[in-house]
Amino acid sequence: MTHPETFYQQLQEICPGRRTLTRHVDLLPYESDALVAFSTKPAAVVLPETEEEVVAIVKVCHAAGVPFVARGSGTSLSGGSMPIKDGVVIALNRLNKILAVDPQQRTAIVQPGVINLKISTAVKQYGLYYAPDPSSQSICTIGGNIAFNSGGAHCLKYGMTSNHILALKVVLPDGEIVEFGSESTEGMGVGPDLIGLFVGSEGLFGIALKITVRLLPIPEQYKTVLAAYDTLEKAGDAVSAVVASGLLPGAMEIMDKMALKAAEAAVKTGYPAGAEALLIVELEGEKEQVEREFAELVNVIEGTGAYAVEVARDEAHRGKIWKGRKGAFSSVGRLSPDYIVQDGVVPRSQLGKALAEIEAASKRYGLGVANVFHAGDGNLHPLIMYDGRIEGQLEQAEKLAGEILATCIKLGGTLTGEHGIGVEKRDYMPLLFGETDLDVMDNIRNQIDTKGIANPGKKLPTGEAPALKMHGMHPLEKAGIISRE
Amino acid sequence: MQHKIDSKQHGPRGEAMTGAIESCVHCGFCLAACPTYTVLGEEMDSPRGRIYLMKNVLEGNLEQEEAQPFIDRCLGCMGCVPACPSGVAYGDLLTSYRAKVESERQRPLIDTVTRRMIIETLPYPARFRAAATAGKLGKLVQEALPDQLRTMLNMLPASLPKAIPIPPVVAAKGTKRARVAFLTGCVQTVLAPDINAATVNLLSANGVEVVIPQNQGCCGSILSHIGEEDRAMALAKNNLTAFAQIDGEVDAIITNAAGCGSGMHEYGLLFAWQPEQKMAEAFAAKVKDITVFLDELGLVGIPENQPERKVAYHDACHLAHAQGVTDPPRNLLSAIPNLTLCELNDGGLCCGSAGTYNLEQPDIAAQLGRMKAQAIADTGAETVVMGNIGCFTQVENHLAKMGATIRVMHTVQLLAQAYGV
Repeated sequence: MTHPETFYQQLQEICPGRRTLTRHVDLLPYESDALVAFSTKPAAVVLPETEEEVVAIVKVCHAAGVPFVARGSGTSLSGGSMPIKDGVVIALNRLNKILAVDPQQRTAIVQPGVINLKISTAVKQYGLYYAPDPSSQSICTIGGNIAFNSGGAHCLKYGMTSNHILALKVVLPDGEIVEFGSESTEGMGVGPDLIGLFVGSEGLFGIALKITVRLLPIPEQYKTVLAAYDTLEKAGDAVSAVVASGLLPGAMEIMDKMALKAAEAAVKTGYPAGAEALLIVELEGEKEQVEREFAELVNVIEGTGAYAVEVARDEAHRGKIWKGRKGAFSSVGRLSPDYIVQDGVVPRSQLGKALAEIEAASKRYGLGVANVFHAGDGNLHPLIMYDGRIEGQLEQAEKLAGEILATCIKLGGTLTGEHGIGVEKRDYMPLLFGETDLDVMDNIRNQIDTKGIANPGKKLPTGEAPALKMHGMHPLEKAGIISRE
Repeated sequence: MQHKIDSKQHGPRGEAMTGAIESCVHCGFCLAACPTYTVLGEEMDSPRGRIYLMKNVLEGNLEQEEAQPFIDRCLGCMGCVPACPSGVAYGDLLTSYRAKVESERQRPLIDTVTRRMIIETLPYPARFRAAATAGKLGKLVQEALPDQLRTMLNMLPASLPKAIPIPPVVAAKGTKRARVAFLTGCVQTVLAPDINAATVNLLSANGVEVVIPQNQGCCGSILSHIGEEDRAMALAKNNLTAFAQIDGEVDAIITNAAGCGSGMHEYGLLFAWQPEQKMAEAFAAKVKDITVFLDELGLVGIPENQPERKVAYHDACHLAHAQGVTDPPRNLLSAIPNLTLCELNDGGLCCGSAGTYNLEQPDIAAQLGRMKAQAIADTGAETVVMGNIGCFTQVENHLAKMGATIRVMHTVQLLAQAYGV
């Protein structure tokens, strides 16, 4: 045992019997999340069932100085919910109750283990839904969405998770309970935006225990348009054309040939055949408005060189289009034994340029890259395909990933749109932020988490003085891949 | 997912196992579709968790006995298969893994006894009929019996229906539109002989000649799904021979049991590296669920004058998930005039029957059974139909337990009723 016997006994007292797991066989399946290339074995997994149990566990960890990470469904693509070595995994799946729904106020109060889509299912009877829709929404939990400020296809129109969280009850890393925000849909009014600080903090500031989310009325009508192009660049330019026309679609997505092939194999959606790139634009809102916008959209798309334009026939067809799109990452598993998915963002106007650079880099490395992305907000998702069984390919893929991120930053973008930094992009933080920036972030973190036990090793570069890591060259600089201007 | 398994070490099924592990990307999309994850909420009891455990056992990082309880708890419902964007052939992995460990493992005595009873009786109608009759006597002393045997007894009906003999050939009525061979099955012929009668009558009414090979027996699926590979293969071989003796061509081999259909579609894997592999693959290619066949053929001559019916359709896992058959039964039911089709709002979770699961894991099976019964009751339908005898008994028992008076029927029984045959 890694820790003193009493530590495990304390966990056992809070979560008795099979709710504290320490055997090899029980810990193994928790050693990775959806970033399966990385794994770390925890000292224990605990399965609390109440808020009080979560708080008690945090206090025990704090007293013993043992690091912890909260975990929902383990779908993080940046290793955000990967265990800390010899730390505790606090699995929140059993805190999965929707505590209250207020249809008049259009809010719901939920526990962190509630699955994103289940909120929408539960409030459908009131004509409401929860807007942020990460592709993993059928299984990812609200707690994880908060930790990573998750986005999704429809965040183009509605904003990310942080725009939909009204109030939070949180346990800080030392066990103190605090509440941020208010249940008013008008937001908090005065004072600093503490919800803004907490949402997206990747577990460094503690664990959300109770969450008030904003609900929206279900749009009266959807109109999902597919436009097929013979080059990726044309599709990218079409995005700018749509935005320039003044339209604000609910979602605007692009999938390239490889991604289409994988998604088609998974879902048999019947995407237009032979496309190098497919643009999916979804209009939504009141019926008359959607009809008006649709006419305008078709008009705009006609001028962008699409060789085929289709409209979702019915709700079932629309469902399939989105199922294929939302499962696209995982379906790339059909094309390649391994892949790294990146999450860089570029200004929308730079999309075409970014895609061209990615393609060139892909050729240079001899590694295939499939592209699926939230085109409307410039959030790229290049999937770098490699075969880990071939010596050196993982390293090559990582280098290529680093180069793509450097390109995004060079074009005025950023490292991540929605997957978070996690362990995966941590070492690239100095590419984006200066020493002072990183020191400020680290200072804030040290004020909140004095012992450094809340998901340490994620998001911020490690070490006592993290900014020091920036002295000397980044490994990618040494390799001549990136440079700092 | 990366692994360090030497697939050649694991015989004919080695590549099926490593192939499935390689295609898993650990994304977690399967969790929502997994009944045991829904009930237990632990990673070890999820599809991706089990894949991870099987991988570690095959790599030699984990003792097989340690992983086994979690593998045993898998219903084999294949709910994860359509949910998986990456196309992991979970069924191939599970069946192969179970076959591999079954020969090596030690079971507690009571498990061995229960398992023996399953293996020695279920596939054989005459033995099962005798055992079921004896079981009625067993009910007198059931309080003294261990849980598993008691569950088994509880599943037996109070009285067995009379056998309905079916002739070797049933002629097509009207113009002959097709000719098929029919698998009569094992358990079902004892528990619900009416389903087979309804099947041949329905086919005949639709202009289909039905040939019933007389030497056929159990197709072996119920055994192959629990890892009894050799016995499954022996039974399957018997059927390959029996169906090969049919004079002339048939358009399809029809089954009305989802479990049998899914098992027979896997014959190619069951006979991997065997001399019969080609023959088994050809057989598998001809197998069709009754609803698929009739939907493709198109129903003719349904009497127009039908009563108002409110019918719920329950997707049997081995039909919906393992074979991807969801539309055909709905299309057929919707063709009955005045019938309102109700969908269950439970995401297609398994009812907990899953072959012999309700015998081997009675607690989880009971919880899933209750959830399913509730979802059926919530639709307000007066009848629920499905395409698998296994679910039939489970759903009937749990509806009865909650006091619901909802009639449970096989899809073909309702169709035959509508035809008045």
